[in-house]
Amino acid sequence: MILASVITFKLALAAILFVITLGIAAYSTYFERKVAAFMQDRIGPNRAGPLGLLQPIADGVKMIFKEEHRPTGSNRILFILGPSIAMLTALMTSAVIPWSPKYFEIGGQKYALQIADINVGILYVFGVVSLGVYGILIGGWSSNNKYSLLGAVRASSQMISYELAMGLSIIPIILGSESLQMSAIVESQHEVWNIFKYPLGFLIFLICAFAETNRTPFDLPECETELVGGYHTEYTSMKLGFFLFSEYVNMFASSAVISTLFFGGYHFPGMSLLPAGVAVLVGVGVLFAKIIFFIFFFMWIRWTIPRFRYDQLMHLGWQVLMPLAIILVVVYGAIFSFI
Amino acid sequence: MQLTNRSKQVSNKEMTFSERMYLPAIVGGLRVTFSHMLKKGATVQYPEQVREHSAVFRGQHVLKRDAEGRENCTACGLCAVACPAEAITIVAGERQKGEEHLYREEKYAVEYDINMLRCIFCGLCEEACPKDAIYLTDRIVTSNYERANFIFRKEDLVEKVALEGRIDISKRKKDK
Repeated sequence: MILASVITFKLALAAILFVITLGIAAYSTYFERKVAAFMQDRIGPNRAGPLGLLQPIADGVKMIFKEEHRPTGSNRILFILGPSIAMLTALMTSAVIPWSPKYFEIGGQKYALQIADINVGILYVFGVVSLGVYGILIGGWSSNNKYSLLGAVRASSQMISYELAMGLSIIPIILGSESLQMSAIVESQHEVWNIFKYPLGFLIFLICAFAETNRTPFDLPECETELVGGYHTEYTSMKLGFFLFSEYVNMFASSAVISTLFFGGYHFPGMSLLPAGVAVLVGVGVLFAKIIFFIFFFMWIRWTIPRFRYDQLMHLGWQVLMPLAIILVVVYGAIFSFI
Repeated sequence: MQLTNRSKQVSNKEMTFSERMYLPAIVGGLRVTFSHMLKKGATVQYPEQVREHSAVFRGQHVLKRDAEGRENCTACGLCAVACPAEAITIVAGERQKGEEHLYREEKYAVEYDINMLRCIFCGLCEEACPKDAIYLTDRIVTSNYERANFIFRKEDLVEKVALEGRIDISKRKKDK
């Protein structure tokens, strides 16, 4: 009986999160175009519905009704598998994000708004993120096109390079909270958010998050001037849509991870002053506000900074961020073991 | 020798640490882009919002009527003669009895065609007209798929009899 209710609760939570993720990702495309327009003194989409709010639906319908095309000599299964993996891994990340404090009570029942509170939550995030590279690599390789392949190779080397620095940059957090569990990491920020404790770690993590989501200034895998469309050159219709869409889902997921690891998740100043139930509700809202701010920040950066050159990207990843992250680990390791 | 004062001294100095870090420059860039978000755009939403043309704008022609609704044009042909692009073709006719309410004088234009593809919108027809009959307005000649449709017939050019259908050309009227 209890098991059944837990399973229904988790399933409902997963379904709601799925819908919210897709909804936010869909509206991110609209939001991105609006932000870009405002930053360039334009107006942006405003024809589909009031203020152009139906634009994502129009775009989706357009994508679905476009002609399906598969290049000759491409591997059919892998060609379809590519965008599917990209989309799947993008959607999987947010499963371990805690949306509320662990266990709040409704009518004697204990609930936590988190789909899977696994004890290696942070490693799960990194594992799923590194799986994401397969979507791009398989998609690019199976297209049987040199531009796609080059884009895929770039993407994979870029993501692998930045994963290292990314993984190292959060080790101080793990040391500080003494846990790999996402809910424990968030709980450890009850007094002070991690951003104030580990500002340099945050900076490294943020830069790596940009590289991991293939966003400007690290969007070399789809560099139009050199690679036509990069790994999705040969893709059409909704398969292309999945690739483009997974970028926005990834953006949502990494914003959620950044907010959770560094900005206290659902914590907000004055949380203990409110009654528990209200604090949970406000906390969820606050977390979403943080996520939306970071999505905006991703876009803000995109329309500000030009793309890096490939050797600069590799230089930054291996010769700047990696050593910095290692120094960070050593320094914080010393602090936590001797003080 | 310095020809202009616009030459810039170029230096190849090493970047300072903060410059090599990029981050201050990125923050500066973020400030610039954010300030543009708050700016009001200059966009005019064209089909709904139309920018007012200046008084000297020369667009589609109109053949005026007088206060009683009679056509001003007497088919004197001065506009056709003045036209450098030879866009105007006029066929003149004599006013019959009972048509006094239609045409102001005894002679009138039976046909009055302007080829909008030839017209250069110079406004010389307007200058040449002794009868206040032809004016260039602030209306834009719309695009079309057929060449034939660019030859505007008299019925396309003459304004409506009803007062609310009249086309305001007061801005283009000069003291004569």
